[in-house]
Order: sequence, then C-alpha cells, then structure tokens
Amino acid sequence: MSGCGAPAGGFEQKPGDTSQAVVEGTVSHGGAPVSTGYARLLGTGDEFVAEVPLGSDGEFRFFAAPGSWTVRVLAPGGLSAEHVVTADYGQVTKVTVTV
Amino acid sequence: MSRSDVLVDADWVESHIGTPGVAIVEVDEDASAYDKGHIPSALKVDWKKDLQDPVRRDFVDKTGFENLLSGLGISNDDTVVLYGGNNNWFAAYAYWYFRLYGHSDVKLLDGGRKKWELDSRELTTDVPRRDRTSYVASEQDAALRALRDEVIAAIGKRNLVDVRSPDEFAGRLLAPAHLPQEQAQRAGHIPTARNVPWSKAANEDGTFRSDDELRQLYQDEAGLDFGKDTIAYCRIGERSAHTWFVLHELLDQPNVKNYDGSWTEYGSLVGVPIELGEAR
Repeated sequence: MSGCGAPAGGFEQKPGDTSQAVVEGTVSHGGAPVSTGYARLLGTGDEFVAEVPLGSDGEFRFFAAPGSWTVRVLAPGGLSAEHVVTADYGQVTKVTVTV
Repeated sequence: MSRSDVLVDADWVESHIGTPGVAIVEVDEDASAYDKGHIPSALKVDWKKDLQDPVRRDFVDKTGFENLLSGLGISNDDTVVLYGGNNNWFAAYAYWYFRLYGHSDVKLLDGGRKKWELDSRELTTDVPRRDRTSYVASEQDAALRALRDEVIAAIGKRNLVDVRSPDEFAGRLLAPAHLPQEQAQRAGHIPTARNVPWSKAANEDGTFRSDDELRQLYQDEAGLDFGKDTIAYCRIGERSAHTWFVLHELLDQPNVKNYDGSWTEYGSLVGVPIELGEAR
C-alpha cells in the first residue's frame, strides 16, 4: 500500500496517459530554480486540496479534476506567489511561477 | 494531555540537538528527503520500509517495533520528537504507533519539516550514531485503533470524521490531487461521516491551529458531538492520524480512534453502505 505523500516535484505522469487533468510547472527566483519550497493546489474558496515539495529544478505536478484552481507557492524567506489555472482531462496545464 | 505535553516548536528542537535523553526522528514516506538534508542529530525512519509489514497489509508488530527502536538507539525513557514532510502526516502516524505501543514521552515538532525549511534552519547530511538499546514495547493499545467491523457498527452512532478533501469525500476523486487517479476501489464516503479535511487543522506553514480554532472547527462548524466517541479515517490512515492527534492529544477528547484501514479498505469491502455527494 502506498501512502498519500508526494515525492519532491510530484509524481511522474505515465507516458501516453490522457485520462488525467495535470497541472504542472516550475518555480524560480531571480532567474534560478527554487528547489526548497512547496506548491499548494487550492480549490474553490481557496480550499486546500494538495501540496507537493518542489523538485530540484523547482518543478511540481498535480493530478487535478476539470475546473479552475489556484496554485500557491511558498518558499523560504517569506516568498510566495499565486496563479489561477484551468485544468481538464487529457490536458497538461503548465504554469511558470516567479517568487 | 495538553499542547505543551505533545508539541514542541522549532526553537525547542534547535536547543535540544545532541541533548542526552532526546531522540529526534524524521519520518517520511519519501525517505530521500532525509538523505538530502535533515535536522542535525535526527534519526531516519522510512514509513514504508520500517513501519509497514512487508507481506500483510498491517503495520509492524510489537517485536518489529522493539527491533526498530532498539536499532535506532532509542530507550524507553527517551523523549522522542517526531517530524516529517507532508505537514507531519507520517510523523503523526508514527506518533500514533508510539502511543499504541506505550511510549510515554513522544512529541511532534509543530510544523514539521516544512516549517523548518521555510524558516531556513540548518539541515545536515551527517548521519548520527547511537548505541543499540533493548527497547521493550507494550501490547498494542486497542483503545486507539478502529478495525472495519467496529467502523461499520459505528455508522449513525459515533462521530465518523472523514478527513480527506471534499472531492474525495464526494466521490469525484479517489486519491489526493497530487497522486495519479488510478485506484480501483469504489469512491464515496462512509454514511453519516462528517467531512473535515485534515488541512483545516493546520496553518499554511504546517503548524497546528490554536485549540480555540480547532474546537470551533470540529464542534461548531462540523457539528461533532464531543460527548460521543469518534473514529477518524482517510485513504490509508496517515492524514487521519494527523486528525487523531488533534482530537485526542491537543483537544484531549477521551475516546478517539484512528481507522488505519481507511477508504482503501472500506471502499473495497463487498456489501457495505457507501454514500456519495457533498457533505451535509
């Protein structure tokens, strides 16, 4: 039985899998990737849905459902940023976050 | 129990690094986080490898727990401070084991690894060495663990708290949104369960909300009857260990059990009632 924890950067998407509503992206600060920090996926009313630690290149990935979501990023030094994105099955929604 | 008995903050941990009688332990499902850097002097526990039975779907038995702690160099009278990623989910799960097996002095680092990282506190790759001990565990405390028949019998009688996200509760998702949605079991929730996502008990930095805020959340907003016994569940029991910690350890509710079989068991049982849709 696997746990519900997310590896840094989020889980890999299986090649050719079009059944998922993927939201993924990268986080940078001053032009460099942010490898220590967290990406949070928020739903309606900014309700918390999921969180992953950022990967070594500042990357993150969520497997959401169709609809509108907010990606909120937290990084050391009180840095944060938010982006509103739309997800749908069979799509990979990419977001570039600068904190 | 009160908050000061079961929670320590990062300053407390920083000032107790290397203190005899204190064992700091990082617990994670993704053990590579520890290898990249951990709190100085922290020991490593791999939730899957060290705490789960490799064959049966169950966690380590009493002997396994004794072997694990003896090998880590933890004594029965040590103060054990647990922390981890995912807002302390797996650390809370381990905390629940420590209580199940009778360890008297165990605490969580409030905010876990996330708060430590966001504070830019020191992390090291040095692995500590502790001498082997002869740890003796108690028999499992059945008052803290719910099994499936007890859960089915509790429908409509006790508080059932489903701590998954609203989408999982309603049956729209089968797992948290950072996981691929590929599980095969049925979706939905246990009839009469209230939906209080674990995340509502935590601040953005992973620390627990105040006792007053927590009481308002569970009692006033979710309508839990604190005069009744409570069972918490999620998908596999680790997010609900976080909620068990809140209800039993922080709010001092006497009869709270964690159903570690959780939705992956319940949603695969033949013939049990399932409810779909939003929380009522």
